[in-house]
Amino acid sequence: MCQVEEEYHGPLLREELPSVSRQCVKCKEASAAVVIRAGDAYCRGCFKEYFIHKFRAMLGKNRLIFPGEKVLLAVSGGPSSCSMLSQVQEGLSQNAHKKLRFLPGIVYIDEGGAVGQSVEHRRRTVEELRAVFRATGFPFLMVPLEQVLDLPSSVVLSAPGAPEQEAGAYKAAVDHFLLSDGSSGVTAGQQQETPPPEVQEAHTHSLQRLLGSARTLTAREELLNILRQHLLVHTARSAGYSKLMLGDSCTRLAVKLLSSISLGRGAQLAHDTGFSDSRYGDTILVRPMRDYSAKEIAYYNRMFSVPSVFTAGLDTKTADKSSIQHLTESFVIKLQADFPSTVSTIYRTSEKLQSCKGSASAEGDRCLLCVCALDTAAENASAFSATLISEQLSQTKSPGESRQAPEWTAPASQCCSIVGGELCGNRGGGCCSSAKASESPPLRSLLCYSCQLTIKDMSSEEVLPQYILSEAERRLRRSQLREEIRDFLLEDEADEG
Amino acid sequence: MPVLCSSCGDKRAVLKRPKTGHSLCKACFFWAFEEEVHQTIVTANLFKHGEIVGIAASGGKDSTVLAHVMKLLNERFNYGLELMLLSVDEGISGYRDDSLETVKRNQEQYELPLKIVSYEELYGWTMDAIVKQVGRKNNCTFCGVFRRQALDRGALMLKVDKICTGHNADDIAETVVMNVLRGDIARLRRCTAISTSSEGEGVVPRCKPLKYAYEKEIVLYAYFKKLDYFSTECIYSPNAYRGHARTFLKDLESVRPSSIMDIIHSGENLSVRDGVKMPVQGTCKRCGYISSQSLCKSCVLLEGLNRGLPKLGIGKHHRLHDKILNQQPLTEKEERKLKAVHF
Ligand SMILES: [Zn+2]
Ligand SMILES: [Zn+2]
Ligand SMILES: [Zn+2]
Ligand SMILES: [Zn+2]
Repeated sequence: MCQVEEEYHGPLLREELPSVSRQCVKCKEASAAVVIRAGDAYCRGCFKEYFIHKFRAMLGKNRLIFPGEKVLLAVSGGPSSCSMLSQVQEGLSQNAHKKLRFLPGIVYIDEGGAVGQSVEHRRRTVEELRAVFRATGFPFLMVPLEQVLDLPSSVVLSAPGAPEQEAGAYKAAVDHFLLSDGSSGVTAGQQQETPPPEVQEAHTHSLQRLLGSARTLTAREELLNILRQHLLVHTARSAGYSKLMLGDSCTRLAVKLLSSISLGRGAQLAHDTGFSDSRYGDTILVRPMRDYSAKEIAYYNRMFSVPSVFTAGLDTKTADKSSIQHLTESFVIKLQADFPSTVSTIYRTSEKLQSCKGSASAEGDRCLLCVCALDTAAENASAFSATLISEQLSQTKSPGESRQAPEWTAPASQCCSIVGGELCGNRGGGCCSSAKASESPPLRSLLCYSCQLTIKDMSSEEVLPQYILSEAERRLRRSQLREEIRDFLLEDEADEG
Repeated sequence: MPVLCSSCGDKRAVLKRPKTGHSLCKACFFWAFEEEVHQTIVTANLFKHGEIVGIAASGGKDSTVLAHVMKLLNERFNYGLELMLLSVDEGISGYRDDSLETVKRNQEQYELPLKIVSYEELYGWTMDAIVKQVGRKNNCTFCGVFRRQALDRGALMLKVDKICTGHNADDIAETVVMNVLRGDIARLRRCTAISTSSEGEGVVPRCKPLKYAYEKEIVLYAYFKKLDYFSTECIYSPNAYRGHARTFLKDLESVRPSSIMDIIHSGENLSVRDGVKMPVQGTCKRCGYISSQSLCKSCVLLEGLNRGLPKLGIGKHHRLHDKILNQQPLTEKEERKLKAVHF
């Protein structure tokens, strides 16, 4: 039997035949140089205008970046982030009313150590990118990923952000800016030629040990994403940038949306794929390239000679089925080839989501790794509690074990509160004792559902960087303390500490 | 050396649970599987004492296991439910005939009353006849829409309070993925719900007690219990797009077995932005069934079949609903557009 229950959507469009017209649909004069969607053929000039307009429109529509604000562009060397860099340059060179008015800087995270590149290889890549960055005239930072090992614990805290801007604030700021020095050329300070920090071999080894402790490529990629993001946010914070621009394209975000769903990150989807991501509070992540498909970007870069530099990722040389992220990517790309509306349809879903309800103002309610609100409250009949129950039911129920339960008890795994008293005492040991036996290790209780999966795939939690471990310890101490004094608290207040 | 059961630590393990990776003996697996379904039923408050519950039975593995477990748990935990089997005869020769035989055997084995409703008696069309007219490309659309209403009509005839269906965790994860691929935010939000309350006249509340059961474990359970089920896929195979989603899910599961639950977790925790437009549920002006349009999908499909314009119900032709309701003739151009395309 086909399991189709309520399936009645229109047939999805297959690839349409290329347009017969060879003329630009915009100016109807010049001959078309590029076909971006079926039927939409643009000449060189109109394509450039369309591309540039889209960037400004994305920023204009969202009104998030204020005039004069310092904005850090995260450039990986890939086509999408390099295209973003060229769009910012383009925007700054426009005439006054179309001009972008923020102060850009660039950051490059050198991940060569994580993927086992030689020192020489890494140096060459850095030099190549340095040349690209130098040509922009923007200040830039070259940061080796190894520096993530020395981050302070404050990175994983959501710092209080600027108070909600009122509706009129943006316009007022623009007006003010135009009155003052809006006409003069602006960058976020001078370009300084600081030599890239020396990377100690021992640090590279620690980083490799950390990533190597992940038994699956899926977990390794998640871990790398988290570390990279922490380092980016920290770099932005310490250099006084309040916005961090990421180069995720529409194609990239469609893949990310589906892989996030597959990784159990449904609650965090809006953060992971939205235009802006405020999980870190004071430093806001922005994705201005989200309207461009990877194909458009590739056309533009080639046509207007936007330089990019190839840098290998963790999964560059692996098979399709090696990680969830990689599997999802090849699935979406293949589907897109057959059904050209795939990427844009998935992407549109990301615009309709919001970060999960309920305030997570207190640090105790946020994931220690991804800094999103926790989604692990053991609600009745949820996939999360069902999984815990399955694990409990499949393990030895020896009566003695309940006494060995660790001091700290994870609120999520108390099976009696889940199933209600009537079932306890059923079949020998009963569910109470079995629940205690499989108490989740303390650190996991500080993580969201998906990050718990990542940690589960690691051979040891001890290899996590010190800033994460000490923050974990602090949070666990606090929750233990709160447990001790619980009887004296009048309300079950959120932890403000 | 034989592996010992990780639950009782005593007997020899005969299987590795696809869901958790634990090695279990037969008895401990049965107990865990049944206990999990029971806990789902209890924590989600799926039933009330004294209710009459129709089990949607197709003769396939999911509904056979569902019928078996429902009967067993009803007795073991004294739910106080009156259970019945409810089957839909789609009129697919060579496929449904055989599976209905299985359902009839189940009826005897479980001593439960059985009601069979057929597309032919409800709609005047068998699936075989529909496929003859519409071809094989969109027949699942017809089947899916008609089955949903057929179960409701059967449930009303039997006067049941609730219908439970055999949807398992894999089905739900697959539906989440499908709704993402289609960009159907309204269904994406609803599709992980374990039960639906009555949405209107003629719609019986439904629930999915096997929501958290892995398909592989259902097969294992049926295999070790030696349950009698019919295991042939529908001869009118589902559409290619869903096939892609299914393959993707199987691949995900092989990379990380918890993926199925992880996707359901994602679906349960999605939050749709305020202000995103959702279709408003109303009722069909012709048959009174729930519908977000003036005519329900089933009535539009039927109208299309009866007028020889099968594409009427496929794709969006809402504008034509008023014409149909008022029995106005369609223009020649409209007719041409809605004629079947032959492959
Ligand atoms: Zn043109
Ligand atoms: Zn997390
Ligand atoms: Zn056992
Ligand atoms: Zn109707």
